[in-house]
Amino acid sequence: MSTKSDTKSRRPLSPHIQVYKPMLTMTMSIVHRVTGVALAFATILLAWWLISAAAGPAYFDFVEGILTSIPGRLILLGCTWALIHHGLGGLKHLLWDTGRGFDLKLIELFAKGSIILSLALTVLVWAIAYGAR
Amino acid sequence: MTLRTPLNKVRLYGSARSGTEHFWHQRLTAIANIPLTIFLLWLVVPLSGASHAEVVASIKHPLIAFGLIAVIVSFTWHMRLGLQVVIEDYVHSDGRKLLLVVINNLSCSMIALMSIFAILKISFGV
Repeated sequence: MSTKSDTKSRRPLSPHIQVYKPMLTMTMSIVHRVTGVALAFATILLAWWLISAAAGPAYFDFVEGILTSIPGRLILLGCTWALIHHGLGGLKHLLWDTGRGFDLKLIELFAKGSIILSLALTVLVWAIAYGAR
Repeated sequence: MTLRTPLNKVRLYGSARSGTEHFWHQRLTAIANIPLTIFLLWLVVPLSGASHAEVVASIKHPLIAFGLIAVIVSFTWHMRLGLQVVIEDYVHSDGRKLLLVVINNLSCSMIALMSIFAILKISFGV
């Protein structure tokens, strides 16, 4: 039993995404993956924030200062959108896992709907955040 | 001639009925992440710009602490599986792939453990 990768044998590879015409559904698939990776970074920020709260007021204020600065806010805004978009994409994938929702018109609708809904919900979340202060 | 039994020969080479574990855990944590994301936003959004005392006071509550630990466990587990798929898709050299998967596993575990420790420390009283 060999454990060597077949990639070393230089066999011809099937064409990858660069040969296809960009489509909205394909872009949504890529965005789902990119937001997923971005959310790993967001989770580190969440961990950092929790650790700073456990460390005490001085360190918490330092971290809060970075997170509430203008670049910090932009990053958190991006994290909010990534979380919501990845969540909506995830709901779609859970539906697909049941074997339903593969109608072409429907998946086009899912793609457009998740863009609009994710942006709208991000605005809503930030409006609530600013309203809370 | 060999004295090895047929069972011994096939051990570790066949289905251990664990082939779908990665897929299943990804879905299981995905389902858990739906209510947990809503909980996290419900908790964190009103705390934006809050003072240390306010944040500590809300995380101190046992149910909030429990919810946050659930968020951390489910999120980091989902993230570990997802990042592993990304690594396996794009890194083709066996050595580098193994190294990155190990780093991914350790990093995700570290993020989870540090966060859980922080939540417990706050909840038990700073």
